[in-house]
Amino acid sequence: MARLSLDHVTKSFADFDAVKDVSIDVADGEFLAVLGPSGCGKTTLLRLVAGFEKVTSGAIRIGSDVVSNSGGSVAPEKRRVGIVFQNYALWPHMSVAENIGYSLKVAKLDKAVARQKVDDALALVNLQGLGERRPANLSGGQRQRVALARCLVAAPSLVLFDEPLANLDVHLRASMEDEFAAFHKRTGTTIVYITHDQAEAMALADRIAVMDHGRLAQLATPRELYHEPANEMVASFISQGILLPADVLTGEEGGHCKVRVLGTEIVVRCRPGERPRAGAKICCRSADLEVSADATGFDGRVKRAIYQGGAARIEFTPAAGPDLTLHFEQADPVTLESGTEARLRIKSGWLIPATGAAS
Amino acid sequence: MPTRIRESRGQEMVLTAAVAVGIVLLSLLPMLRLVKEIVAPGGSLSAVAVEAGLKNPATWIATWHTLVVGIGGTLLAVLSGTLVAVLVSLTDMRGRSALVLCYVTPLMIAPQVTALAWLQLFGPASPFLKLFGAAPPLGTKNPLYSTSGIILLLGVQYGPLVFLLVRAGLRKLPRELVEAARAGGANWFTVLVTIVLPLMTPSIMAAAALAFVSCVGNFGIPAFLGIPANYLVLPTLIYQKLAGGGPAVLGETAFLSVLIGVIAMAGILAQEVMSRRRDYRISSTSLPAEPYELGRWRPVVQAGMWLLIVLVLVLPLFGLVLTSLVPGYGIALTAKTATLDNYRFVLFEHDAANRAFFNSFWLSIAAAFFAVIVAVPVGYLIAWGKQRWVRLLNLSVELPYALPGVVLAIASLLLFLRPIPLTGIQLYNTVWIILYAYLARFLVLALRPTISGYHQIDRALEEAAQVAGAGLFTRLRTIVFPLVAPAAVAGGLLIFMTALSELTVSALLWSSGSETIGVVMFSFEQGGDSNYAAAISVITVAVTFVLMLVTNLLAPHLPSGVLPWRD
Ligand SMILES: Nc1ncnc2c1ncn2[C@@H]1O[C@H](COP(=O)(O)OP(=O)(O)OP(=O)(O)O)[C@@H](O)[C@H]1O
Ligand SMILES: [Mg+2]
Repeated sequence: MARLSLDHVTKSFADFDAVKDVSIDVADGEFLAVLGPSGCGKTTLLRLVAGFEKVTSGAIRIGSDVVSNSGGSVAPEKRRVGIVFQNYALWPHMSVAENIGYSLKVAKLDKAVARQKVDDALALVNLQGLGERRPANLSGGQRQRVALARCLVAAPSLVLFDEPLANLDVHLRASMEDEFAAFHKRTGTTIVYITHDQAEAMALADRIAVMDHGRLAQLATPRELYHEPANEMVASFISQGILLPADVLTGEEGGHCKVRVLGTEIVVRCRPGERPRAGAKICCRSADLEVSADATGFDGRVKRAIYQGGAARIEFTPAAGPDLTLHFEQADPVTLESGTEARLRIKSGWLIPATGAAS
Repeated sequence: MPTRIRESRGQEMVLTAAVAVGIVLLSLLPMLRLVKEIVAPGGSLSAVAVEAGLKNPATWIATWHTLVVGIGGTLLAVLSGTLVAVLVSLTDMRGRSALVLCYVTPLMIAPQVTALAWLQLFGPASPFLKLFGAAPPLGTKNPLYSTSGIILLLGVQYGPLVFLLVRAGLRKLPRELVEAARAGGANWFTVLVTIVLPLMTPSIMAAAALAFVSCVGNFGIPAFLGIPANYLVLPTLIYQKLAGGGPAVLGETAFLSVLIGVIAMAGILAQEVMSRRRDYRISSTSLPAEPYELGRWRPVVQAGMWLLIVLVLVLPLFGLVLTSLVPGYGIALTAKTATLDNYRFVLFEHDAANRAFFNSFWLSIAAAFFAVIVAVPVGYLIAWGKQRWVRLLNLSVELPYALPGVVLAIASLLLFLRPIPLTGIQLYNTVWIILYAYLARFLVLALRPTISGYHQIDRALEEAAQVAGAGLFTRLRTIVFPLVAPAAVAGGLLIFMTALSELTVSALLWSSGSETIGVVMFSFEQGGDSNYAAAISVITVAVTFVLMLVTNLLAPHLPSGVLPWRD
């Protein structure tokens, strides 16, 4: 079990920064998910930790040892990390048992002990009796389990997952998710888990690191990420948050302040110490919007109504902001349809901190 | 619109039929004729030919020699080619493309030229050794006139062939397979031995089979190195028999050539069996693995690689050029003795050499041109065709090339010894029989790049033309040909380079008046006129280099892997 810390890590390919000044501390036994849009540098980050790429600047520590800095890098085979790849990366010329036992063989472990460990690992992932099969004769889920067993058998102190479930169907995903969670609970291994599936990240992780264009956009617990996004990117990326322009009217008081949004004044949650300012943004979730029952709120027109069974997803353009699109759900009986004029109300929201404000 | 449908299928039928007729004439017919000669010489079933062949001890000695140099050359080629491929593909060595260019170039040089160049380097008359006064005394036996000499040169000639196939395999190795092993604690060498090389087994096996077939069928190297030492392999035995006995011994040589074919096929079958034993299929695609950092070993490895290039390419060619400048056998080369007389002689004075240049050029151009024209429709049927049996086509086109050239040459002789029935046209003893054999043998060299060209083209381009109402022939002419032309033309240029100094086939088929460059070179060398032979060789090598440069201009339009020397 080991702590992992990244200290101002930057990785450039030629003149392109794939990872930019990222600092993350992963506590011993923590489950960290790394989330972000495609091409934001997640895989590169993971490969830096594993030692397949060298850092351009900054340092990476596993446990108390510096394993990478601009001066040099510990070879991947010396880092004692386990990796599970998205495409499994099982060696086709070896049987399942040989795949799993590879690192034990390399470590010249006693054959009988190694066989026992392989059997244990197979049992751990519920693949008893499949040891002699070839990887080509396994289903996708079974292959992923073999890949997991292969990485676990050497009892690594740190396990890295690169989108391990991306190639599996929805049902398998759910059951593998449970298995990962159980595995983490049982072993207490430090885990870095890359995914672009938010639900997966929220379900599994202690904390989530959101990346954007190589930078760390926010590192927080799932709850905090959802309710208190640190910037516009996180706000709109997580659960399709709605961003609205706002003017802050009063200073923070008890975690709330008053803002003007789309011509109406409302109270939103905010960071301590917020002061009145113009040109701010608030983030609200679709659940924060409702059709106004009284005179409060703002007018607009329904752009599209998509019935989704039990409720409809309504896309709404406010009159005060013709470029904006708000979306929310109206439960049955659905009354809104395309072109309907309506008045909406924002129940609550979160004031996005000014850029540059310390998190 | 049922008529429309019928019409377009009609065109496809015409195309298919035409292609089938061509393939039968060029590929199946000679093979069948050869087989008939063995099982039913003179028209009735008998084992006389086989028995006679089996009884002759010369057959067994030559077979043994063929196996020895075939296996030895293959081993050397596989070891050196694989080693170079691993170093070039998996380490952070510098100057990779220059290195690949230089390492693969010997493949573009005819085997007999390689043989000549090496002979000139080490013989007692070597102008190169004389530069340092290190030449052995005149009359000493050239160390290359030996089994190990033949094996060495076969290894040098076909190492690049192995390299190309293994390198192509290594490029497809997904990096995760390597990285998973390293994360599991294996160092680079362990990964190489336990993961990389096992996964490369199919590539290495395929390369070994190809190298084996090439070594077994090679004529130039054992002819130059073996005949003087009276060390005969099957191809040179056939040559000697035919040269001495003429058409009368055709039946005997037919048996010998089938024997070569059987040995070559055994090699291919062995490869099939070895590759089937395990699952080596790599399913995922990904970036290639990060190169291994050689660190302080990098200069050493790089120096070693360039030393290899100097040994296998630079020195032999240098020796060849020196020899071509020496006025006569055994004379030391100095500023005073250097002369261009040898070039003047072969280019302007020697009749047979003149004819040979003319013949070889037009034969190569004709073979290349024909192959390009034929490769486009044949490739169309093989790559995009719907009928399954068409895939058999591919196999039968590959056959004449997969089998050693001697086999095809003997088959052509048998086929055209008598005038062609009904027409009375006589091909035997004319240059046309060589053209026929070239067409049959080299077609596949243009077909392979063309097919890979087809695989890179979006079929929708053709379908769009079809929707627009264009018939098959119109589509082939206006859409398909322009799209695959670069690949087909590159194939044609490869054929030209190969055919220009070809020896194996023409050595058996030539007659007075229809000499080829290879034949004249060979007879100069046999007559002791190495300087003339060297001059001709230098000219062909120069032509080949110029053509490689020209072909490079096509490179941006080609699928990767079509030009072997481009990395
Ligand atoms: N070896 C390399 N050389 C140059 N650029 C690279 C290299 N590896 C990655 N990149 C670039 O770095 C950026 C980040 O790549 P990375 O693979 O880390 O993205 P990712 O977040 O994992 O994306 P995805 O979710 O699609 O897997 C991309 O723009 C990619 O093109
Ligand atoms: Mg990725």
